[in-house]
Formats: sequence, structure tokens, C-alpha cells
Amino acid sequence: MVLQRSDVEKIAHLARLAVSEEELAAYASSLSDILKFVERMDSADVSRVAPMAHPLDAVQRLREDAVRESSQREKFQAIAPRVEAGLYLVPKVIE
Amino acid sequence: MSWETVIGLEIHVQLATKSKIFSAASTAYGAEPNTQACAIDLGMPGVLPVLNGEAVRMAVKFGLAVEARIAPRSVFARKNYFYPDLPKGYQISQYELPIVGLGHLDIHLDDGASRRIGITRAHLEEDAGKSLHEDFHGCSGIDLNRAGTPLLEIVSEPDLRSAREAVAYMKKIHALVRYLEICDGNMQEGSFRCDANVSVRPAGQTALGTRTELKNLNSFRFVERAINLEVERQIDVLEGGGSVVQETRLYDSARDETRSMRSKEEAFDYRYFPDPDLLPVILDEDYIEAVRETLPELPDARRERFMYEYGLSAYEADVLTASREMADYFEAAERASDGETRLTANWVMGDLMGALNKAGLDITESPVSAQMLGGMIRRIGDETISGKIAKQVFAAMWQGEGDADEIIEQKGLKQVTDSGAIEQIIDGILAANPQQLEQYRAGKEKLFGFFVGQVMKATQGKANPAQVNAILKQKLSSS
Repeated sequence: MVLQRSDVEKIAHLARLAVSEEELAAYASSLSDILKFVERMDSADVSRVAPMAHPLDAVQRLREDAVRESSQREKFQAIAPRVEAGLYLVPKVIE
Repeated sequence: MSWETVIGLEIHVQLATKSKIFSAASTAYGAEPNTQACAIDLGMPGVLPVLNGEAVRMAVKFGLAVEARIAPRSVFARKNYFYPDLPKGYQISQYELPIVGLGHLDIHLDDGASRRIGITRAHLEEDAGKSLHEDFHGCSGIDLNRAGTPLLEIVSEPDLRSAREAVAYMKKIHALVRYLEICDGNMQEGSFRCDANVSVRPAGQTALGTRTELKNLNSFRFVERAINLEVERQIDVLEGGGSVVQETRLYDSARDETRSMRSKEEAFDYRYFPDPDLLPVILDEDYIEAVRETLPELPDARRERFMYEYGLSAYEADVLTASREMADYFEAAERASDGETRLTANWVMGDLMGALNKAGLDITESPVSAQMLGGMIRRIGDETISGKIAKQVFAAMWQGEGDADEIIEQKGLKQVTDSGAIEQIIDGILAANPQQLEQYRAGKEKLFGFFVGQVMKATQGKANPAQVNAILKQKLSSS
């Protein structure tokens, strides 16, 4: 599979990454190489292998439903760019 | 051309756990902003989500109640998108392997008909935070207390054919999750939310039309209204030669319209993949059977039982089992009434519901408890008071003046059943109204009502009406 510049633009947009014009071509080429490498695995016969959801053969542990966290808002908000009235402020998300 | 409406609902149910689905922060509603958002909810680097066992148990409970297959192995996946109320940049959800598979629910329509609605799946996921768009100097304010609250997303098959059916289905799910005690059902607080997928197609066509997704349907009334508006809009578009665009639309109750939410044809690409922070959830038969044993009597079973055990009509059984609290109230009142089933049903559905509606109260907020109402009905049954006097007693109980026996005693409302006393009063009245008596005996039988009225007036309504009728009839015919 070969990625076009437009594919890279779309992926960058979805990941909210700023990729410059010059970088687009380079990413298209190096990402395509990675995909080619991964494609080699297509030749493996996996018809008798169940799809894996996790590399470890382990089962999810369940936690008891109990509140054990107390508010640490001051600490978290000390490192936030902007806060007001206990809220985290972010650039306006709707018009 | 006639059109058929096709609707599927996605209902988000906040599960009534104490802590969040992947963290030990509290889920209590209404706390100060961000005081219940811990490092995991904030998506801090290096944190690890650990699944809340209670959320799993509640999901399984729902699945069993809709006779769905419970997945022996389910998997959490990341749904990737950027929005500030979701700090991680992805929502942990379930995609290919949800915990609850295909199930169904029967809805009962007003005309008495029943319809079976398929439930495609129900999966566990985390809720997002809240964005406040009031002006914070050109910014939005983010409260992440809700982030990480467990949700069960219940997806129906496109089996619903009208807004009314959609509402009936939604109400049924609402009653069910409250019966199961897995959700408080509070729609104002957002504990129970609904999106609707709506399309229309020419009657008789099998292929589905292009659908739109309606968001922001946070009351039963809005669901009905928004779907009807959207169906009209789609039919107008199609009959005008246009085509429906697949998009998300927002229902604006203030303007009473639906409008497109996403201006561009921004295709969603959530790039789901299994969340490497979480392992597959494995549930064995023993676990599922243990949950099954905790299932309460479900609404449909209770409705059936109300019909055969209490001899109620389908309509009455529907009303009285509409919520678990209502059904519990009726049964407690019926027990306290000492077998006055019919009277209890009439009082609950009549005077009690009327008074509750008028006062804008829920059954759980009734100033007259089931024991009080049942106790009063028992006094109608044993003829201590008449049905008419009971209305006075009920009004006094509603005002908090005590229970029925206290009120009857205090106000001297005990029915006069002493036939000697009634006879004496009747004699007095006949003697005092010789003219009417003469007219009656001359054939003006309408005057019977006049005499009954006089007796009731003389006894302030306390004379036993059946006895008054019998004695009066006897006196009037013997001359």
C-alpha cells in the first residue's frame, strides 16, 4: 500500500499534527515503507489463529466499586494553561 | 406517495455505580467543577484504567433482562477523536466485541397492540466531560467531573415505525433500567439520554433510506417532536426531488426545529483499535448465572401478574407498572387495604394520581403514603366511612393532618350505620316535609333523591348510603 500526500494530510489532520509542505512528501514515502514492511505479515497463514485483543494471555481484573480518590483539583489546575471558576479554559469549541 | 418511517434509537444510560468505570473517583452529580476528575479521568500520562466490576455486573443484568446473549469475551477499544471534554483524545468504548449481544424488548402501544423491538447490542463505555460555552473571555470552560462515568449504550434495531413507537420503546427501556436499579433515570441530570437515527422510504420498499442522526433528545416529549419534525423535513426534501444527506442534526427545542450540526462533510474516522491498557473481559457461566439470580420481577412479568392476580385491565396494569415505584406503591396500598383491590386501583389511578399531577409530584414524593391510602380504603371497605366522605379524609391526609383513623376520629366522620338512628332521622325528615311526601306518593318518584339529600344533609354525609336508600324506600312505600 502506497500513501499519497493527501492520505498523509488526512492522517495528520485526524491526529491534529502540523505537517509542513516539505514534510508531506517525506512522510508519504517513509510511512509507505513502514506499511510495506507490515504487509509482509499478510503472507502468514492465520486462518487457525483467533484474533488477539492483547499481546498478553491474561484476563481483565475487575475493581471493587468504591470511591478512593479525593479532589486534587488545585494540583491539577496549577499546571493547566488557563483555569477559571474551577473550570479548565480551552479555545472556544463551537461558534 | 406514502412514506414509511424507520427509526433506531441509541440510548445512553449512566450506570448507577459509586465510582467511575476506570477510576476510583466519585460519580456523584452536582459536585464543584473538576473536584471529581482524577488523574485517570484527566488522561494524565502513565495512568492505567482499571475496570469497575459493578459496571460489568450492571451491563450483564441489563443484557439478561432483554434476553440477550452475554459475550463470554468482550474487548474495550479506543474511539479516537479530539474534543476538549475528552482529554485523552479517545473514548474507551467497545466496538467489535460488545458485552451484550442481540436481544429484544416488547412494547405495548395505546391501541393494545404489542411489538417486539430488536436490540442490536449494548456496550460499556466512558462518558465525556461537559463543555460550558458561556463566554469565558472567548474560551469554553471544561468540567471533567462527568468524564469516566460508566455508560451503557443500548442500540436498537431499525424496528421502530413512528415517533410514538420510539417513545414507547424509550419509556420501556427507562422503566426497565430503573426496575433493574442500574440507572436513576434522571433525564434532567443527563443520566438517560437518547439519539435517534431517522429515515423514510416509500411504503413497500425494503431498502432503507438515507438516515440522519438526531442528537439532544433529552425528554420523551422532545424525542417525539424531533422525530416528527425530521420525518416531515425528509419527506419534503424527497418530494421536492432532493436527497437526504447523511448527517448529524441537533434538535433545538426553543426554535422547535432540527438543524445540521456539522457544517462540512467531515467524515468520521474514529480509527478504533483494541485498547492496550485493558485486557479482554472474560465472563463464565457461573458469573452470568449468579447475576441472573439477582434479577427482580421485570415490568412485563409484573404487568401480567397484575392482570391475573388483581384482575386489572391491560390499561390499568400498564399504568400501575409504568415504574417500579408506582407498582410498589399500588401493592403496598393494596395490602394495607385488606383486600380492597378494586377500590385501591381506582383510588391510586384516580384521586391519588390526579392530586400528584396537579402538584407536579412523583409517586415517591406523595404526601400520602401507600400505608395511609390503604388504611383509608380499608375503612371504606369495613363501612366506617363512605366513598364520599373518603374524599374529605384523603384531602386531610394530603394536607398532613394524620392518618385516616385519626382524621375520622378527630373530625367525627364515622359513618352512621345504626339503622335505628337512621330511621329516626328519616322519620323526622318525612314529618318535616309533608308536601313533598304527598307529591311522592302521588307518583312524583323523582323526589326520592330529594329525601336522600335531606338525610345526608342532616347527617353531614355520614349516613351509610345503602342503608338510607333501603330504609327510605321501605318508609315511603308503607303508608
